Amino acid sequence: MAKQHVTATINGEESEFLCETQQTMLDVLRDVVGLTGSKEGCASGDCGACSILVDGTLVCSCLMLGVEAQGKSITTIEGIAQGDHLHPIQQKFLEHAALQCGFCTPGLIVATKALLDENPNPTETEARYWLAGNLCRCTGYDKVIRAVMDAAAVMRGEAA
Amino acid sequence: MSNLSYAAPTSVDEAVKLLAGASGLAKVLSGGTDLLVQMRAGRMQPELIVDTKKIPGLIGIREENGGFVIGAATPGAVVEAHAGLNKAWPGLVEALDLIGSTQVQGRCSLAGNLCNASPAADSVPALYAAGAVAVVVGSAGRREVPVEQIPTGPGRTSLAKDEFILEFKLPPRPARSSDAYLRFIPRTEMDIAVVGCGISVTLDANGVCTAARCSLGAVAPTVLLVQAMADVLIGHTLDADTLAKLDAAAQAAAKPITDKRGTVEYRTKVAGVLARRTAAIAFDRAMGKNTGKAH
Repeated sequence: MAKQHVTATINGEESEFLCETQQTMLDVLRDVVGLTGSKEGCASGDCGACSILVDGTLVCSCLMLGVEAQGKSITTIEGIAQGDHLHPIQQKFLEHAALQCGFCTPGLIVATKALLDENPNPTETEARYWLAGNLCRCTGYDKVIRAVMDAAAVMRGEAA
Repeated sequence: MSNLSYAAPTSVDEAVKLLAGASGLAKVLSGGTDLLVQMRAGRMQPELIVDTKKIPGLIGIREENGGFVIGAATPGAVVEAHAGLNKAWPGLVEALDLIGSTQVQGRCSLAGNLCNASPAADSVPALYAAGAVAVVVGSAGRREVPVEQIPTGPGRTSLAKDEFILEFKLPPRPARSSDAYLRFIPRTEMDIAVVGCGISVTLDANGVCTAARCSLGAVAPTVLLVQAMADVLIGHTLDADTLAKLDAAAQAAAKPITDKRGTVEYRTKVAGVLARRTAAIAFDRAMGKNTGKAH
């Protein structure tokens, strides 16, 4: 079986790659494109560590085939920072120590980006439900939620 | 080296030809939130994947002849953002919304949930209650199939090898009609139904039920459409006597197994409780009393 040739926009750059049909988008990002920020936790769509945006929609990259990326715009954790400046979500995760081992953090930050793109002023309950598919075994989630709510306030221009 | 091939046809005819021509197992891909997990676990080793999402109409929602038509592969997130569906079919929307996480909602579809044929599928009881019709396409042409005729057992459907679902038709909504879906899980999010219940009703101006469809999930090998539950609602308001009869009818229809999620006795009892609670929400919504979320 010949490899599939795929062209897609990855973090704003036109990209092309060759992949096997059965390779997931996560496999492609990590093993073919060399973007290892997205993590494989469960490989079954339960943990959210592999979260990416596809045309702005939050998905688990382990539940998508690489070939499905044809013509799509993909955003990974590597595309969140603004040049050399951390995105406010990343900055607030640091300030609130919203991580320990860090394995879930790329997925949580991408999922938070999707939340705040859609709803700049979420309630804590809305944020908790939105992030229910991002599992973290270190933080107990409280610091994560504080970071998310603070980042939202900063992005609305209401806090520093 | 795997021999798996992939095709993303842009027409129904092309997709049907690919499915019909496959010598081994061919699987239709919409959101992939079940298919990819099953392939990864080695439970399924297709030779061909036919991605239907590039076929016109597979993703999208339109109004037609007074009802809604939902493309088979339309992601949950798109359905939930649709104001018209939220107003006419809040129960169907909340049922689909219960599937998985935000990430899964970006991909999961009604057709995938129906054709995965899990008895615990959340959107399926709501589809049954809605009286949805699946538009099925295949080599023999196009046929319209009531959704309750699609699943035939766990993981099995009545679709032929060369058939797939193009879209779902929802009937027009008379005045004072609404629906609700409740599932019981031991937590608040990200779990599989111990029992699910979907109820859709039409009421007259006095709150008397004139039409009803009721369904139960996770209490039999397939989701059940329960005529006996509808029969106790039709002709009555939702008073204590009707609720008691509905509870009894749901318990009588439930034929669950004991597994890690619950025992036969527990699931049977919960089926009755959920039926009463779901009916209360559907009746209130139909009278315009409750427009909030059930979950």
